Amino acid sequence: MPNAQNLSVAFVGSGGAGALTAGSLLLEAAGAAGWQGLLIRTVGPQIRGGEAAAVVRLADHPVESLPDHLDLLIGIDWLNAQRFGAEIEVGPHSLVIGDPRGGEPPKGIAAFGAPIVAIPMKDMAKAIPDGRPNMIALGIAGKLLGLGEPAFLALFEKWFADKGQAAIDASRASLKAGYEAARDLDLGRPIVPPKAGSTQKKWLVSGNEAAALGAIRGGIRFAAAYPITPATEILEWLAPNLAKVGGALLQAEDELAAINMIIGASYGGTPALTATSGPGLSLMIEALGLATAAEIPIVVIDVMRGGPSTGIPTKSEQADLNIAVYGCHGDAPHLVLAPQSVGDCLFTTQWATYLAETLQTPAIVLSDQFVGQNHAIIERPAEIAFLGQRSRAAEAAGEYKRYALAANGVSPMAIPGIRGAQYTADGLTHTERGIPTSGAADHQIQLDKRRDKLERFNYGDHWASIEGTGNLAVIAWGSVTGAVREAIARAAEDGIEVSLIAPRLLSPARPEQFAAALRGKKRALIVEQSHGAQFHRYLRAHYDLPAAVRVLNRPGPLPIKPGEIHRAIKDWRL
Amino acid sequence: MSTAKTQLACKPADYKSDIKPIWCPGCGDYHVLMSFTRAFAELGLPPEQIVVVSGIGCSSRIPAYTNCYGFHGVHGRSLAVGAGLKVTRPDLTVVVASGDGDGYSIGGNHFLHACRRNVDMTYVVMDNHIYGMTKGQPSPTTEPEFDTALSPGGTGLRPFHPLVIALASGANFIARCFSGEPNETASVLVEAIRHPGFSFVEILSPCVTFRPDEKNWKNLVHPAPVVATDDPAKAARRIMTDDGFNIGILYRGDRKPYAPETGQALVELSELEKEFEL
Ligand SMILES: Cc1ncc(C[n+]2csc(CCOP(=O)(O)OP(=O)(O)O)c2C)c(N)n1
Ligand code: SF4
Ligand SMILES: [Mg+2]
Repeated sequence: MPNAQNLSVAFVGSGGAGALTAGSLLLEAAGAAGWQGLLIRTVGPQIRGGEAAAVVRLADHPVESLPDHLDLLIGIDWLNAQRFGAEIEVGPHSLVIGDPRGGEPPKGIAAFGAPIVAIPMKDMAKAIPDGRPNMIALGIAGKLLGLGEPAFLALFEKWFADKGQAAIDASRASLKAGYEAARDLDLGRPIVPPKAGSTQKKWLVSGNEAAALGAIRGGIRFAAAYPITPATEILEWLAPNLAKVGGALLQAEDELAAINMIIGASYGGTPALTATSGPGLSLMIEALGLATAAEIPIVVIDVMRGGPSTGIPTKSEQADLNIAVYGCHGDAPHLVLAPQSVGDCLFTTQWATYLAETLQTPAIVLSDQFVGQNHAIIERPAEIAFLGQRSRAAEAAGEYKRYALAANGVSPMAIPGIRGAQYTADGLTHTERGIPTSGAADHQIQLDKRRDKLERFNYGDHWASIEGTGNLAVIAWGSVTGAVREAIARAAEDGIEVSLIAPRLLSPARPEQFAAALRGKKRALIVEQSHGAQFHRYLRAHYDLPAAVRVLNRPGPLPIKPGEIHRAIKDWRL
Repeated sequence: MSTAKTQLACKPADYKSDIKPIWCPGCGDYHVLMSFTRAFAELGLPPEQIVVVSGIGCSSRIPAYTNCYGFHGVHGRSLAVGAGLKVTRPDLTVVVASGDGDGYSIGGNHFLHACRRNVDMTYVVMDNHIYGMTKGQPSPTTEPEFDTALSPGGTGLRPFHPLVIALASGANFIARCFSGEPNETASVLVEAIRHPGFSFVEILSPCVTFRPDEKNWKNLVHPAPVVATDDPAKAARRIMTDDGFNIGILYRGDRKPYAPETGQALVELSELEKEFEL
């Protein structure tokens, strides 16, 4: 669907060709020119080298999903490019540019009949001292998207400063050669650049970085880390930044240690977090139950990847919903939240920290590889007031009851150092004082307490994104929400009104609010990236759905695109 | 140590809670509890400044029997809890208590890394060479021929040597004690707590129910015939060749404890987002 303010470009190349660098520079330069955008990086299974593709999508509004088709595809070379066939779709209106010396273009591209324009990037680069084909590709893209050269020139100074002036000069010369080579080309469609000056402050950030910043803003001052794709960037961002704000990060020997370290820190009064992915979350489950039972706030970010087992580490999936909500043994209510976009990773993690501290319970943030690792240009997120503030016990003269019953279920927590309030935090069923017991009454009382404190809390409007009015509701969660929004906007252009219900808070369930959101809806289309339709089952377990329900579910690694959802909406004729 | 602290509580009874232990009569762990309270009294620390952290097992029930802050977590992970606590609250005295199953089997990996990390805390393992709480299965320190329902005729496996492993992994203080000598044990604990870095104290503590033979330990233990060394090679030779009943402080290292600076913010929070601004 050509839209003058919605453009998609992909760079493809084999390992070392620099497709990802070209994509990152394009995104940043476009951001400086006032665009919003998303950079989707896809890499082959090799950790270093191998093939890579960078898709840059630009618009004058928030960009939260992959495009259905590309406007421009530049093959720096085509070696192994067929691996990306399904992710990088060209359409009849796409412009494809390739180096005649870069191998055969993938079959899918030829099949679409899009013209392939030959530009000998490799040979051109040879004519420039230290010339780089990817910078020529970048110049071609910059020219076709109507971006001025100066935006890139300034970036080279910043990006290649440590490589020296020669590298900067070589990149400049290569870029210029690209602009020159594209002089007589055009995308065949109008481009309306965003109005300069009128734009608000912009950020270039990944979901993982945004989540880490949200955590610190919410009050996190300790993290324990065991590296895992695609969560590592959260931990690597936190290591230096926690130190700057007087906190610390410990590298743990495994995830069992990581979660127990944050429990120890939080028991001592320091809000604490760890980040992991499915395999790590699996190891953390026992201790999550401990933190639930002993009422110790912690935040665990699970950046979901393809599963089960080692699965597909570098690709997104929404299939950890079951383990996050139901993974603990016993009845162990805790918080589960899910961000809906790169920018929302900040809000949701900050809110999760606030909720965990307020409700003295673990919060799992279910992010995923798509929102976690992709970089976006977004408007600076509004500052929010959520700062975790735990109810603390004061110095006590008489007997201190750590797990005392309270109307809201939250009992003031003593922190070591407070005189007279010594108690033992325990995962054993305990009395209000925290003394182990196997009595039926105490068991019931404390189970009720921990359930009620979560259910009675007023979560406000943040619990879900509820948009639109149509009597067909698309119900989605997490990172597919962006694609759903786009599909709903396209349906509106066809005259079909569709509404969106996307819970950000998955546990505890909000039956009353959900029923209110569904009022008047006749049909529900459920969209999720899980082979087992975990979200559909979750909805069935907790909520009443309309009689007519359809489910669009698919496992990873391919993201669900707006076009598929749009089709599912259009196809559901009454 | 400030005078305020010493005035507060200095009788062992001040460090004992009113909770009645679940231990069997005659269990060695009663004496370990006594050594804890005596050591805390001798150190003169306010009970609210001490945290006793544990995992799961008979021995791991000890925190609630003290009048200190306590943490009774999951099986085998107490050292990780202790590390997270001590790094963020360096003002506290952290004592981690464990059993031979909790510390050497399910928690074995954390033991290695706690020694290596060398956070300033004291790790006490009440070793009874058996899983007491689950009623008598072999632990990593059980003798190869010891017959149990789970290992008819014995495991045939060589026991794990915790002190050697602690030394090789970087523990900064290593001692062996016997629960039946609470005064001696208390003074070792005092030294262990005072010693900077990760201190490891293995306390032989009989399980009278599932290892009645261990009642004879009192006849086997003997004071180490040597003074503590700071030479790991010497300590290794000594520990590897002793009879397992050599009681005393066997190694005292001088590695710097791991203690990241915390508490002092160097920048305003609003600085952190600068790197994202275009
Ligand atoms: C994850 C897990 N696995 C198994 C158990 C069962 N369990 C409880 S205590 C224990 C062994 C305790 O042995 P030890 O640490 O030597 O303590 P002791 O009772 O001998 O003092 C086991 C296996 C458990 N609580 N948790
Ligand atoms: S079973 Fe053994 S270790 Fe447990 S309390 Fe009884 S004597 Fe002590
Ligand atoms: Mg034992």
